[in-house]
Amino acid sequence: MKCRVCRGPAVIDVRRHNANFCVEHFIQQCERQVTKAIDAFGMIAPGERVLVAVSGGKDSLALWDLLVRLGYHAEGLYLGLGIGEYSDESGDYARNFAVTRGLVLHEVDLRRDFGYDIPRASAVTGRVPCSACGLSKRHLFDEMARQGEFDVVATGHNLDDEAAVLFGNVLRWQTEYLARQMPVLPAGNGFPRKVKPLVRLSEREMAAYCIVQGIDYQVEECPMATGNSHLGYKEALNAVEDQSPGTKHDFYFGFLERAAAGFRQGLTQDASALGSCRDCGAPTPGDRCAFCRLVERTGGHHRTQDPNGASPGSETAVVLGRRERS
Amino acid sequence: MNVRLRNPSRIVQVHGGRSVTKLLNELGLNRETVLVVRNGTLVPADAFLEDGDDIEIRPVISGGAT
Repeated sequence: MKCRVCRGPAVIDVRRHNANFCVEHFIQQCERQVTKAIDAFGMIAPGERVLVAVSGGKDSLALWDLLVRLGYHAEGLYLGLGIGEYSDESGDYARNFAVTRGLVLHEVDLRRDFGYDIPRASAVTGRVPCSACGLSKRHLFDEMARQGEFDVVATGHNLDDEAAVLFGNVLRWQTEYLARQMPVLPAGNGFPRKVKPLVRLSEREMAAYCIVQGIDYQVEECPMATGNSHLGYKEALNAVEDQSPGTKHDFYFGFLERAAAGFRQGLTQDASALGSCRDCGAPTPGDRCAFCRLVERTGGHHRTQDPNGASPGSETAVVLGRRERS
Repeated sequence: MNVRLRNPSRIVQVHGGRSVTKLLNELGLNRETVLVVRNGTLVPADAFLEDGDDIEIRPVISGGAT
């Protein structure tokens, strides 16, 4: 196979584009797709401060690398989830990435800072681990964005992730979720803007990007995600994609272009109903936010205020590399 | 050739040269879900793998539902 651009030896075939690329032009292709997503959906404006949700896996590290290459001020936040060796290793990959590139990585450790971990949260609530994991991540990324004065939180959700979520939502006609499934969630009601700059790239391309860029990432799958429905949806979609390349792209972007607006019309949101959590101050429709209720149920604790007056969140953050403010 | 697979991590021996596509078909793997690395270098579907090559088949699907 030859590179579509230079006719040199290709290292990857991207069947949905009917194209092959050498290393140099594959990297350019990834940069172009991220730029196109950011521009098309108004994800990040020049000069804005970006907080990247970093897991140590291929998508978040590739995203961080691409944003920095494209000139954005991007700092990372890694959450220690307490999932045994898996979490230990993922933290090492995230730290190594930051240190070798001189980037700023903040860290929050659920066990150290809040007295619980994901396995315990799952056991106590009786819900799947991904539920407590997602709740914890959303709350803590929002909190760090507010306290660190970041304009936007960027996550490594890729085309496969979005197509699989869409597939699951359509199968059960979860119209409320369909109304909110967008590459950008605007800021509002105390929540930061959230963006998904990798929606035009597949996870196979993200893994390839890491390989050709020499980015070490955690290949092993999260042990708590094994067998979840999300993986089943991906398997089903990939079976179709194998027979008909481009299906995942057409499914997801067809939804955005032709159906999403219709679901949003039915979305009801009473912004005035949001107050502040009495424990942590986060925006919430009730007296206490879901995260604080989870911490209580696990027997955990809240972070203590820094006696020097630093804001909650920053006092427990481990910051590696140089820190720059734009 | 030694072929390293993941999840679970294991190594299988495959004898005789063949293309990436043929190897993946024989192993029952969907080409949308893996990458093939030969002697440390990413290779496309039509690359010919030879005896003596060190092959890694790297899964690319991650499953967090968050």
